[in-house]
Amino acid sequence: MIEFESAGVVVPGPGGEDVRILEPVTCTLSEPRVSVIGPNGSGKSTLVRLINGLALPDRGVVRVNGLDTVTDGPAVRRQVGFVFTDPDAQLVMPTVVEDVLLSLRRLGLSAADRRARALGLLARYQLDHLADVSVHALSGGQKQLLALASVLATEPRILVCDEPTTLLDLRWRRNVDELLDSLEQQTVIVTHDLDAALRADRTLVVDSARVVFDGAPAEAVAFYRALAAPAVEPR
Amino acid sequence: MSRDRALSAARRRWRRSTGVGMASLGLYRPGTGPLHRLPALVKVLGLAGLGVAVVVASGPLASLDLFGLAALALALARPPLRTTVRGLAPLVVLAVLAAGYQVWRGDPGRAIEVATDLLTLVLAATAVTVSTRMEDLLAVLVQAARPLRRWLPAEALALAVALMLRTVPALGSVLAETRDAARARGLGRDPRALLIPAAIRTVARAQATGQALAARGIGE
Repeated sequence: MIEFESAGVVVPGPGGEDVRILEPVTCTLSEPRVSVIGPNGSGKSTLVRLINGLALPDRGVVRVNGLDTVTDGPAVRRQVGFVFTDPDAQLVMPTVVEDVLLSLRRLGLSAADRRARALGLLARYQLDHLADVSVHALSGGQKQLLALASVLATEPRILVCDEPTTLLDLRWRRNVDELLDSLEQQTVIVTHDLDAALRADRTLVVDSARVVFDGAPAEAVAFYRALAAPAVEPR
Repeated sequence: MSRDRALSAARRRWRRSTGVGMASLGLYRPGTGPLHRLPALVKVLGLAGLGVAVVVASGPLASLDLFGLAALALALARPPLRTTVRGLAPLVVLAVLAAGYQVWRGDPGRAIEVATDLLTLVLAATAVTVSTRMEDLLAVLVQAARPLRRWLPAEALALAVALMLRTVPALGSVLAETRDAARARGLGRDPRALLIPAAIRTVARAQATGQALAARGIGE
């Protein structure tokens, strides 16, 4: 369960002044699938980054399964996996299997157990034939799948994905969507894919640093479409 | 320029821009040869010993001996020939340039020494990384850094080394993409159009990597 209690975010602006990039949000996310939609630069990523402590609230509190993201950061991150838009930034080891092994290091397993588990995980996501291949040589879809596998290796209770399919072609988008839909974990997904947003149990619409709609996906998507419609019809 | 030459130049540019050669040089390849069977610690110590020998030994004959040793080690590691040759090509060019400078200064013996020393270290390091899993290399580094753990977290040191190895081809890609972007805007010959954006993108990439590590709880 994810709880936002008047949680907002301020960052320093170019002139040293405070710029509020997320107005205080109060809500509790307990649904298995939550989607977040909204225009670029609206504050969607900031909102979900609050969940694992990548962004910290300047006011209010964010709790994950009762843990405060400010005071219990490491414990929160053990429970919350985070997948970024660009897997290139997320894959930090030279080869496929080594990237999964890196995630497993903090579990305290022996080297042999870690390797067996990493190879098993790669087999589950049909990446085992690429185990010793450079991550640099993978396709965009394979990289995103590996990024997901590396995060899921630690069996997080909650998975947060910030536009995980934005850079993918249609086939890989479907593969990643199917994988995300099949997960047991609670999943929070920021997306521009309104079909994916509609498959959630609950959808938040973020615009101009505010959560402007919070409710059923179909209504949220309709709200967002109205929000994005041009105010004046083009001539 | 003929069409064929233009096409092969474009293919070379594409290979550079994808960073295929650089990315694959020195990448671990599973195997059962004698070098693969050696413990990682022995290989790392051997590499360190060779490094010292390269610095201490003087004269072209000694350099050629050490080069032969490194070449033999690489042959035992059996890396993929084409990828290795492609990955080593820029270093060979660098070695030839360095040697050429020494010849121009009138010291051909020093030219052989400089070129072979450079290639010896690269071949030996490639032999070690091709035949040793990163996991095993990290374990050796963690073990070696343990006496310093009061001042230097061993896990962080090992992670830094792994990140460095991953970053070399990634930086190659950043440079190639920036060069293509500059060329697309007609600024292919302007060094500012390459260096400044490449530096900014490199810093942005470092920040993104730091965030990804933090998100995975690594280093906590």
